[in-house]
Amino acid sequence: MGHSAKAEAALALHRFGMGPRLGSIAAIESDPRGALLAELDRPRASEVAAPSLPTSTQAFRTVADANAERQARRILATRAQKGTQRAEGPSMAEGTGQADTEMAARMAAEAVPDPGRQIFMNEAQIRINAALAAEIGFAERLVWFWSNHFCISADKIQSMSGAYERESIRPHVLGRFADMLQAVEGHPAMLLYLDNTASMGPNSVAGINRTRGLNENLAREILELHTLGVRTGYTQDDVTSFANVLTGWTLLPAGDNPEHGGEFIFNRRLHEPGPKKVVGKVYEDTGVEQGRAVLRDLASHPSTATHVATKLVRHFIADEPPPVLIERLARTFRDTAGDLKEVTKVLVSSPEAWALPRGKLKRPSEWVISMVRAAGTPADAARFTAGQASLGEPLWRPPSPKGYADDEATWIDGMGQRLDVANFFAERVASRIDPRFVMETVLGSTVSAETTQAVGRAESRQQALALLFMSAELQRR
Amino acid sequence: MTSCHHLPSRREALIGSGALFAWTQMPKLARAEGRDPRMLVIVLRGALDGLGAVAPVGDPDWIGLRGDRALALDGKPPALPLDSFFALNPAMPNLHRLYKARHATIVHATTTPYRERSHFDGQDVLESGLVRPGAVDTGWLNRALLALASDGRVDPRGGRAMAVGPVTPLVVRGRAPVMSWAPQQMLPASDDTQARLLDLYRHTDPRLAAALEGRLRLAALGRAGGMDASKGSPAQLPPPGIARVRAYFAEAAGTAARYLARPDGPRVGAMGFVGWDTHVNEGAASGQLAGLLGALDGALAAIETNMGESWRETVVAVITEFGRTARINGTDGTDHGTGTVALLAGGALRGGRVIADWPGLKRTDLYEDRDLKATIDLRAVLKGLLRDHLRVEESALASSVFPGSADVKPTAGLVG
Repeated sequence: MGHSAKAEAALALHRFGMGPRLGSIAAIESDPRGALLAELDRPRASEVAAPSLPTSTQAFRTVADANAERQARRILATRAQKGTQRAEGPSMAEGTGQADTEMAARMAAEAVPDPGRQIFMNEAQIRINAALAAEIGFAERLVWFWSNHFCISADKIQSMSGAYERESIRPHVLGRFADMLQAVEGHPAMLLYLDNTASMGPNSVAGINRTRGLNENLAREILELHTLGVRTGYTQDDVTSFANVLTGWTLLPAGDNPEHGGEFIFNRRLHEPGPKKVVGKVYEDTGVEQGRAVLRDLASHPSTATHVATKLVRHFIADEPPPVLIERLARTFRDTAGDLKEVTKVLVSSPEAWALPRGKLKRPSEWVISMVRAAGTPADAARFTAGQASLGEPLWRPPSPKGYADDEATWIDGMGQRLDVANFFAERVASRIDPRFVMETVLGSTVSAETTQAVGRAESRQQALALLFMSAELQRR
Repeated sequence: MTSCHHLPSRREALIGSGALFAWTQMPKLARAEGRDPRMLVIVLRGALDGLGAVAPVGDPDWIGLRGDRALALDGKPPALPLDSFFALNPAMPNLHRLYKARHATIVHATTTPYRERSHFDGQDVLESGLVRPGAVDTGWLNRALLALASDGRVDPRGGRAMAVGPVTPLVVRGRAPVMSWAPQQMLPASDDTQARLLDLYRHTDPRLAAALEGRLRLAALGRAGGMDASKGSPAQLPPPGIARVRAYFAEAAGTAARYLARPDGPRVGAMGFVGWDTHVNEGAASGQLAGLLGALDGALAAIETNMGESWRETVVAVITEFGRTARINGTDGTDHGTGTVALLAGGALRGGRVIADWPGLKRTDLYEDRDLKATIDLRAVLKGLLRDHLRVEESALASSVFPGSADVKPTAGLVG
């Protein structure tokens, strides 16, 4: 790849942004680095306006209310059906009566629509629109990165998954890591996802009364995935102790709290009393503050700096992240007390970020969004998320708390599926989109001679677009 | 079909969006005359080798031109005789049967006025009905319907159009509105697209090439074993291959026919089939092209069956953007050319004929010493069908439907 201004602009858009769209190469080619930095400096660069969408706790209550209404209708329908059967007398076979009752109950319940999916789709649409509308999309890429780092799963809490990202990730991706950590770990979606709502200290009032105890899930993942990183020296005792610290971090149940159900509370009845030692330091029992203090210290731990720096460089630059670049970012993280905007700026300003060839395979979601941006079409959330899911990366549904992997080996075998998706998308847009226009104008003729030739010789617009979308130039960043 | 029941959600979601053919829902196009004609246009994208579909076996230069790649009456398998001069590709027994029953007509050495060799531009000219390529967003079939509507010969309760498949073909796009329907299965990327992408990757990205090769091997394994590879491997989509193409053509065309046959259904439709750009290993007699023509033959059979009684009022026009080189190229295929065939089928035709003003195959007969010369303007054939079958006014045909075609007289006597 040459280092013309256009190529540099394309590199900026693919590597740090959501991919070129009409006009974006021209808009930044005079100063790609400056354009990236300028995007970070825009006020509220990483946030989206979503005035019509519910907060996570509103969404939680809406779904809880619908579920309660379903339950009530189910009971009413069962009662009514049994009343009818009694009136008709004992002639009816008992099995049939049972089946009728169940069917009536189910139909009555299903008459109440499930609001969770609609909320999910509305959230997805806002996220997709933000990625399509951005000139470069660097801030959105950072949102996607951090949302994956602190992932939750919609399989467990569908209604909250979008609001969680808006509330706990977006405000902080250009702020302080420590603030994001506090927002994330205290968010009801995370507490539900990693089972902390039911965790109670064995010597807490509730633990003694209900002979139940600790759930280590959240504490372990904070140490292993969110902050220090695996095998960085913490022990099982640290995990257990930290889990005890976090007991009592839960949320208000919806049933008894029509106005505040789902909100975070610290419930002292669940909290394990006493001082606890985590990663070499003893924390006095100050209630919810005990956990906040541990999180503050974890956020400023040197291992956290290295862990975060490694993941950022691997995500944006290369599967094998250059150690010198990791160390530079980690040092900035330490020196600025985890100022993520400063860390991000150092990433963009590093020569390695521009010198390495575009060898990183885009994740499916990144590739799909860059395909749609290149085509310049709007994207419908239901279709977009279905396409993403078919490529093995369903939105807000990672297979584990580790999030989606960020290396080529994980994704490259999905080329066949990508081709089918590209082929289908190309078929759908071929009537409106000229492949030569996309190649020459949208991508600014930054594709190779081989790709140019393959697109030019294709047997149809559809085939030309499918080849262009599948080309290495759109797959790699 | 095995269209991946193991992954219903992803497929359904992807499929739910598109369309493969388009039709205009204007019931009773000419009801005042007691007729109820139907017309379906099938666009073969990629440029059909007309000489590979309908061979001039009576031309003394034919064998010399194509050598052992030439279809012949004593070939393996033998070509199907149409008259003393032309023979049909052996993969098309249904079209041959229809021809014998006078329900099919073949027009040879024909093409649009376009004389360059770009697929995109060629398809634009074919479908727009304009003399030259360029920015255009309506097709001649749609404009023909507008012409009918404007003189009040269309049932005013109609006026909607419909598209099936992911793309509404340009030929039916326009002011007469279009609705859409999607077939249950999505055609996966064709073997040809996969091969082209693999070739591109080999030149630009060896790791992507290796990944794609893995998929192709799996697909080949599935085909060789006579099984659907997807059953053994839930992560993989069913392999493409000619069996899937056949099923897809038949389902799409058959469904179009079912709609056209309905008393309250649309009367005009259009659909596109891809895959005809046979640069490498064309295989007219028993390979790639034979497979595609066989799939097209199956689609015609499905249309005839599903039209039922209405078949006698039907015309299906199979057209392509241009033909291919008269000679075989260096990779056992053919390159972009000029003159080709148009295949017409339907009970409304006065069929059983090959219409051609044969240009010959000698070196000096070929267009630019490479292509079959086009001696019949395809617009004349299409205008003939629109005038005599749908009863579009000749003045409209010369102005709004095929602008600038006043000196291209509609071919008479195609129907009736």
